[in-house]
Amino acid sequence: MIDAINTKGLETAAHPENLRRVAIEPVSRVEGHGKVTLLLDENNRVQQVRLHIVEFRGFEKFIQGRPFWEAPVMVQRLCGICPVSHHIAASKAMDMIVGATLTPTAEKVRRLMHYGQMLQSHALHFFHLSSPDLLFGFDSDVAKRNIVGIAAAYPEVAKQGVLLRKYGQEVIRVTAGKRVHGTGSIPGGVNKNVSLEERDYLLKDIDQMVEWSKGAVGIARQLFEQNLDLYNGFGTFKSHTLNLVRADGAMDLYHGGLRARDMDGKVLFDHYDYRHYWDEIFEDVKNWSYMKFPFLRSLGPETGWYRVGPLSRVTQCDFIPTPLANQARDDFMAFNGGSATGATLGFHWARMIEMLHAAELIRELLHDPDLQGNELVNIGQRQERGVGVIEAPRGTLIHHYKVDEHDQITRCNLIVSTTHNNQAMNEAIRVVALQYFDGREITEGLLNHIEVAIRAFDPCLSCATHALGKMPLEVEVLDAAGERLSSLSRSSDGAVCTLV
Amino acid sequence: MVAPVLIFAIGNESRGDDALGPLLLRELDAWLKANGLSDQFELLEDFQLQVEHAMDMQGRQLVLFIDAGMDTRAPFDFYRAQTSDTPVLYSHALAPEALLKVYAQFYQESPPDVFILCVCGERFELGDDVSLQAVKRLALAFEFGKKLLHTPEVAAWDGQCMQKSMGELMSREDNSRVPA
Repeated sequence: MIDAINTKGLETAAHPENLRRVAIEPVSRVEGHGKVTLLLDENNRVQQVRLHIVEFRGFEKFIQGRPFWEAPVMVQRLCGICPVSHHIAASKAMDMIVGATLTPTAEKVRRLMHYGQMLQSHALHFFHLSSPDLLFGFDSDVAKRNIVGIAAAYPEVAKQGVLLRKYGQEVIRVTAGKRVHGTGSIPGGVNKNVSLEERDYLLKDIDQMVEWSKGAVGIARQLFEQNLDLYNGFGTFKSHTLNLVRADGAMDLYHGGLRARDMDGKVLFDHYDYRHYWDEIFEDVKNWSYMKFPFLRSLGPETGWYRVGPLSRVTQCDFIPTPLANQARDDFMAFNGGSATGATLGFHWARMIEMLHAAELIRELLHDPDLQGNELVNIGQRQERGVGVIEAPRGTLIHHYKVDEHDQITRCNLIVSTTHNNQAMNEAIRVVALQYFDGREITEGLLNHIEVAIRAFDPCLSCATHALGKMPLEVEVLDAAGERLSSLSRSSDGAVCTLV
Repeated sequence: MVAPVLIFAIGNESRGDDALGPLLLRELDAWLKANGLSDQFELLEDFQLQVEHAMDMQGRQLVLFIDAGMDTRAPFDFYRAQTSDTPVLYSHALAPEALLKVYAQFYQESPPDVFILCVCGERFELGDDVSLQAVKRLALAFEFGKKLLHTPEVAAWDGQCMQKSMGELMSREDNSRVPA
């Protein structure tokens, strides 16, 4: 195992006025506004590192006053990356509002939709967003380190990525009714089943998707094997974890109770009813960041932060209830004495295990006759509060609404996966800064190391912003008086230039 | 058999003028239907472009992307999307030019002729209505779009281009003029 690197003190430097400031803005291949600032002393020693994320702040205004039954459709417009996750989380919250217990058909159609989303999102991230770093190297030629470079050097990898992504989108289209703005999931159930014709259409390619997913797990393992020290140690830190698990401890991405473990694996709470999540999870505010910092109440804001997402889910469940993914999990857990289970780059391997799990579940569900059932909606006693929680591709996603007697939404609160991981991402880049930056001159390749650490979490801030590619990547080195000594810039077309 | 012309709108209707693409698509759809021209066209929309959208382009003679723009030519711009050798930074979303590269790599063939109709927008925050300026520009873009769809031929569309490519525009002026 890698020894933990002490990042204490790197959130806020003792004497920032005497330090040079380096900013990475924006963080590429990450949605939204992401910016990293580093303060360095005169010897290029790292004194302060922060990831600033401009979190979406207008959601309440956007959704308040609307009738609750609109929410599952409207929330898809929050994010062009994971609309289905918001669609399903909001639907689960609205199930509570209408007092529903889902019919088997409704739950299975929703699950199918969710696994389609998981498959396509994980495929996109691994094959197209992260593979340039992983296959070419973190400081390889920036001109090649992109999707086009991958397509040229590894055409089969790129092709599989496109087709896995396309297949997941087709699962979504079939279950949600449309490619975008789907309406399939509604309060209390779904508005369509999966016809035999649709089932057969999806069955046609699912075996291939499972095979490719297996292959992707193999690629992730191979990356670790080929460069064990790098992959084990890069940006690695210890943290608490949070995720949903099924009643029997199995991985369940759609529903379950909350499980939190401390950084040594001790269970802090288990099978906790997420309808009262606020009793266990609270959000801290820091004056230097727009994004909140969730923490476990029992541990407090300083030490109670945690990590969500594929790495937490794969390592913290007791088993995965599909055979190939479970075998892959066993291999992952046993690899090199378990070193990958705490590694920041272990996210990629865990993500591929989940992709395999999703593909297996899709295949399993497609053979389930309940998908063709006609009992689609079940309504019960109306409630005023609804909480929906799912495990979205990037981690735990919480939707919480209050609805008045006129069926209008009066309050809502969202905690998205990227917010859960806010402190964890900060920790990762602090470790990387200490590992790679301390005392060295800044280069584009070095800066990309910071981005690689952030991308391991696959943060999605599409909810936060809209414009893409507008801002260049800029690094400024300032002297103690705030005067610019030099600047490194990566423009939106990828060109890097140094200004003095 | 796919329709020879694909019209693909990009945008989110809940983000102010980002709705311009989907709104224009709907107006053109209604016009095509009213004039019995729908058979030649397939109309699609999404929040943003992604790798799998390259597959929607296969077998087309012409592709038209409709998008809103930030700080772009007003009331709208029309140009041909070019595959260039310049590396393209990417994220969870792709520019049409990057999609052309994905297409070429994926199918090992040249992509179809692709054009972009970019309508200038003013505000893009979640929950914003479409701005008054954008509504006026939408009407003008609709008239222009009808003209394009009336003659869905490469030479005719080339003749309507206001510039050669967005890449050329960006290198000539500044890099803030990008489709939203």
